[in-house]
Amino acid sequence: MSVPTMTANALTADEPVQFYDLDEHAHPEGHSTMLGFWIYLMSDCLIFAILFACYAVLGGSYAAGPSPKDLFDLKLIALNTAMLLFSSITYGFAVLQMQQGKVKGVQLWLAVTALFGLAFLGIELYEFHHLIEIGAGPQRSAFLSSFFTLVGTHGLHVTFGIVWLVTLMFQLSKHGLIAANKRRVMCLSMFWHFLDVVWIGVFTFVYLMGVLR
Amino acid sequence: MSADPHAAHDHNEIEMPHASMRDYVVGFVLSVILTAIPFWLVMTMPLSAGATGAIIMGFAVVQIVVHMVFFLHMTPKAEGGWSLTSLVFTIIVVVIMLAGSLWVMHHLNTNMMPMPHEPTSQVTGQVP
Repeated sequence: MSVPTMTANALTADEPVQFYDLDEHAHPEGHSTMLGFWIYLMSDCLIFAILFACYAVLGGSYAAGPSPKDLFDLKLIALNTAMLLFSSITYGFAVLQMQQGKVKGVQLWLAVTALFGLAFLGIELYEFHHLIEIGAGPQRSAFLSSFFTLVGTHGLHVTFGIVWLVTLMFQLSKHGLIAANKRRVMCLSMFWHFLDVVWIGVFTFVYLMGVLR
Repeated sequence: MSADPHAAHDHNEIEMPHASMRDYVVGFVLSVILTAIPFWLVMTMPLSAGATGAIIMGFAVVQIVVHMVFFLHMTPKAEGGWSLTSLVFTIIVVVIMLAGSLWVMHHLNTNMMPMPHEPTSQVTGQVP
């Protein structure tokens, strides 16, 4: 007894078998880098989602210690947010300079971006130092543990973003705007703007909602 | 490297999103507005805490979309739609993870037996 598909095959058996995707495609270097990097960012997004979930669960467990209202200085956070937002648009200017093929312009704006990133990190470290100084370190309560983990992980990402920025500036001065460097500029652009997206979640959910609580 | 120089040329032009000054400026201005209003709302508190919370969460979602569109150049067609597909998949996973964690842990908290040995553990939910 034959299955219908077998019959169909039998009917066309004298014709050569055809596969539709037989030819090898060209895979030039880096043609899938952008998508691959995007998928990396999505996996990074999952890391932050887990940390946000931890904070959401533990954020109210003060262990009779200080609450967000006692600790967070919103003016400082507003300044920090501004630094990151400025660094986003200056990175945008670097990308625009790259599209016009100006190496010096790209390097200049990357340097400005790195400075804003450093300002952000400096303010964040100042905040962390202050919190630990007054006894509100990560070991004080579950709220503070999850807070330091979430915000610290973001800060660590920014740190590595700055390391990458500096690396890229050296690569640009050595090789100029070759295809590989353009690709790197665009990948770091995604990384940098992605960090700003995560920061939107941090300042809204951790700081602003924390003070509202 | 390739036998067909024309095809090689086509493929060497790696697909990159085209950015424009207009995109960055519009995105930046929108972001500033969408950041300033939540900070102002929380710092001056003209509304109730519940309404303020709902509004700033809404603003955050809008600002994330603004960043995606104007800074990350997200379009449905980018990378043949695969960027958007992976983004939608990530969002689904994130929503399940966040909602699920909060739901489960909330019930765990409310169903927890009170523990008289550690008075500090009860401070979480209730204000005396």
